[in-house]
Amino acid sequence: MLCIKNLTTEFPTRKGSVRAVEDVSLSLERGQIMGLVGESGCGKSVTLLSILRLVARPGRIISGSIHFEGRDILSMTPAEVRRVRGANIAMVFQDPLTTLNPVFRVGEQIRESLRVHRIGAGRASRREEKETVLSLMKEVGIPSPESQYWQYPHEFSGGMQQRALIAIALACRPKLLLADEPTTALDVTIQAQILDLLSRINSERGTAILFVTHDLAVASEFCHRISVMYAGRIVEQGPVDEVIADPLHPYTEGLLRSIPRFVKPRRRLSPIPGNVPDLIGLTDRCSFESRCDRRMPECTERPVFLVDVGGGRHVRCILYE
Amino acid sequence: MLTAARGTLTRFDPVLIRVRTIARNFSELAYQVYRHPSALIGFVILAAYVVMALFAPVLAPYPPNKGSVRQSFMPPAWQEGGSPAHLLGTDHVGRDILSRIIYGARVSLWVGFLSVVVSMVVGLVLGAISGYYRGILDDVLSRFAELLMAFPFLLFAIGVMAILGPGFFNLIAALTFKSWVEFFRLVRGETISEKTKEYVEAARAQGQSNFAIITGEILPNIIHSVVVLATLRVGYMIITEASLSFLGIGVQPGIPAWGSMVDDGRDYLRTAWWVSTMPGLALLLLVLAINLFGEGLRDILDPRLKVD
Amino acid sequence: MRGVRVLERILSTIPIVFGVAVIVFCVMRFTPGDPIDVMMGREGHVSQEQIDALRREFGLDKPIHVQLYLFLSRAVRGDLGNSLTKHRPVSTLIRERLPATVELALGALVFSLVLAIPIGVISAVRQYSFVDRASMAAAFLGISMPAFWLGIICIIVFSVRLGILPSYGRLPYGLEPARVTGLYVLDSILTGNFSSLLAALRHLFLPSITLGAAMAAIVARVMRSSMLEVLRQDYVMLARAKGLTEWAVITRHALVNALIPTVTVVGIQTGVLLGGNMIVETIFSWPGIGRLAVDAIFNRDYPLVQGVVMVYALTFVLANLAVDILYTYINPKIKL
Repeated sequence: MLCIKNLTTEFPTRKGSVRAVEDVSLSLERGQIMGLVGESGCGKSVTLLSILRLVARPGRIISGSIHFEGRDILSMTPAEVRRVRGANIAMVFQDPLTTLNPVFRVGEQIRESLRVHRIGAGRASRREEKETVLSLMKEVGIPSPESQYWQYPHEFSGGMQQRALIAIALACRPKLLLADEPTTALDVTIQAQILDLLSRINSERGTAILFVTHDLAVASEFCHRISVMYAGRIVEQGPVDEVIADPLHPYTEGLLRSIPRFVKPRRRLSPIPGNVPDLIGLTDRCSFESRCDRRMPECTERPVFLVDVGGGRHVRCILYE
Repeated sequence: MLTAARGTLTRFDPVLIRVRTIARNFSELAYQVYRHPSALIGFVILAAYVVMALFAPVLAPYPPNKGSVRQSFMPPAWQEGGSPAHLLGTDHVGRDILSRIIYGARVSLWVGFLSVVVSMVVGLVLGAISGYYRGILDDVLSRFAELLMAFPFLLFAIGVMAILGPGFFNLIAALTFKSWVEFFRLVRGETISEKTKEYVEAARAQGQSNFAIITGEILPNIIHSVVVLATLRVGYMIITEASLSFLGIGVQPGIPAWGSMVDDGRDYLRTAWWVSTMPGLALLLLVLAINLFGEGLRDILDPRLKVD
Repeated sequence: MRGVRVLERILSTIPIVFGVAVIVFCVMRFTPGDPIDVMMGREGHVSQEQIDALRREFGLDKPIHVQLYLFLSRAVRGDLGNSLTKHRPVSTLIRERLPATVELALGALVFSLVLAIPIGVISAVRQYSFVDRASMAAAFLGISMPAFWLGIICIIVFSVRLGILPSYGRLPYGLEPARVTGLYVLDSILTGNFSSLLAALRHLFLPSITLGAAMAAIVARVMRSSMLEVLRQDYVMLARAKGLTEWAVITRHALVNALIPTVTVVGIQTGVLLGGNMIVETIFSWPGIGRLAVDAIFNRDYPLVQGVVMVYALTFVLANLAVDILYTYINPKIKL
């Protein structure tokens, strides 16, 4: 359904251009949940924004293709992209408080996303729209929607705000939901509720979800497949259980070793040494090399590519070429 | 032995350290202004005006009040009938406009500078005390400041000038009467917010006196916003002074001031446009330079206030 | 609930108005130069008896606190005394002149907002474009521009050189529309008097520009910077992700938020607008309160000065009140 090939997104800066996303390829089937995992600044959010061509200037997509149901989003006209946004592909953002517009009532913000895509095609009456909004609010678990409809975002709790945002996203029954760390800004208990809601939406409505998170533990519970990103590139991809049980890329391995729940009891946690490299002037060589405990002289000598290692798994490391 | 001892002494002498820090900060600031194109342009023009005011008797081709009616209404040199002897022409009584503009810079710069310094000092002292100690004094001063804010600045200045009569120091007083409020409000607000920060708590825990905390801890942290406000206010003061002169209540009539020069030409707009236009242009350029410099200074010292 | 809060806010202005009245009274009374001397100066030789009679008439023989009490209690009833120079009630003089000033202030306000808000928005949306740079340069010029000089340049260019706009007064003699509100533009629309409307608008044009220029410059700058800030916000991204057109994103989602700081600045700038009108009314011979105030101050016409200054302060307080109330409607987070 969604097929991204060799996507590269660049941000020109004074010191040189930064490739926030480089050569990213991934595909997502109907009804599937794909996790996009990586540290902050690794390009996962930019990948998401690129799909809807929402990357803010001066950033721009410089190459690749994004096919959604057979059409390349990158070659659409702006009007065509707008018809996809919200209607077929909807987005849930990280911080619900700043994502809801503070000056409009919550219910009206949900209703707006209905209105946007009903222009021309027999507009529903205001009352019908409101009914739809109320049932949406109910579906995402906002109690007493009738009275909450007229509230302002700041009068909502964080969890309720995120539910309202999900209602906005679901309004036009999109086939694909792009979720950008939807639980990061929330308390742990609320996080679980929101994840629960998202997986219910996935199973009941059959909505595919591309789920961006920095939390491998969350991804391991929630996703069908995961892609691990590092410094703008995908380094490993595969069914979630297999990747967790048998990580191929040293970075994935390192990530797992640094998270308590994936480490056997009474074994030491071992954080990955060093820092994420400067994204300016990255070459086509392995970007993890300087932090890798399995590096070889060869790593800096030739480019690495994402290779298919069978079983639906891909990895970008010289060890597997 | 002796020199070594003296060396240690001077190295740890707090006054000397402070002087050195200020000197270093100052040269750092100068460098940043140099790197900031619009601040530099503003500074250069402003400096040129200051030089012009200081050396007015040398630079001006004629004394400011000398002229004969036979020479009146000569157009600027580039216009038909103009003469290179009077580059910017002459006014209704034949005085050389360029010379009067050069002398007029003195009033504008002095008034702008002095009124801002006085307002700043008053506002700084009252604002720091008010914000640090709060209490009744703060209530009274804040209320009073709020009341003063309800008067339009120019109306207030006209009123005070009408009561005090024209004159240089009356002008400063009239401009300062309301203008200190701006500084008061800024300093008071900043002091209140700085007061709760850890470094002030730390100083208090060390047993420093209130006076030492205000002058040694809080003031250095808020002074940059005050300097920025002061710079930007200078232009406003100069405009207000000119407006008062324009209405005929500035410095004593004999002293050339740009505002009254614009007023002189008002009756001759049809026949001699330059009489009003030229001094106003000089005024505009000076205020423009001050604002360029002030906003550049703000970008450098107080980036959170930056416009974009 | 909002009604109660608005009422509370309105009541909270009373102490300020009261304080203003007291300050004005005190400043005028402690000034060297008795108002009677001023009057006598005009009338030649007068006897001590006449002076005492006049003092009694104006209540100047009573102790200062009694005078203050009388002044305040009369002022509450709208009685501001008689002008010393024009020998008519101050309240009448103000009522005659007020519409002219209101019309000019509204003209300046409309001019500055209609010009500045779109410019601020376009400059932010097209940041660093030619339009942005040109309009921000103009705005910078605007904040450095002395109003009295701008007025004179306007007269030289539009009245003297091009001869297309009048530079004097509100209307040519005899064209006044029937009085409804005293605002000529409004009255001529209400009475369907088109020749008056045209003439009134032509007369209003240059003074409004002169008075509104500084405000326009400030509003354009504030509007641009707050719009830039808003355009970076997540909710703007969400609006785009909903599939809204860029036009709808900017005019519906971004603009309302960006207007919040602008409204505050407009409130603060009202004071500048009020101060500037004395200059502008002088230059364009506009028969309003500003000119009245300047004349009254020069003539030491104490009751008139008191009255006019009170009107100014009241206007300023009311303008800020209006801004505060408007604020609650556009910013749901603020509850007065």
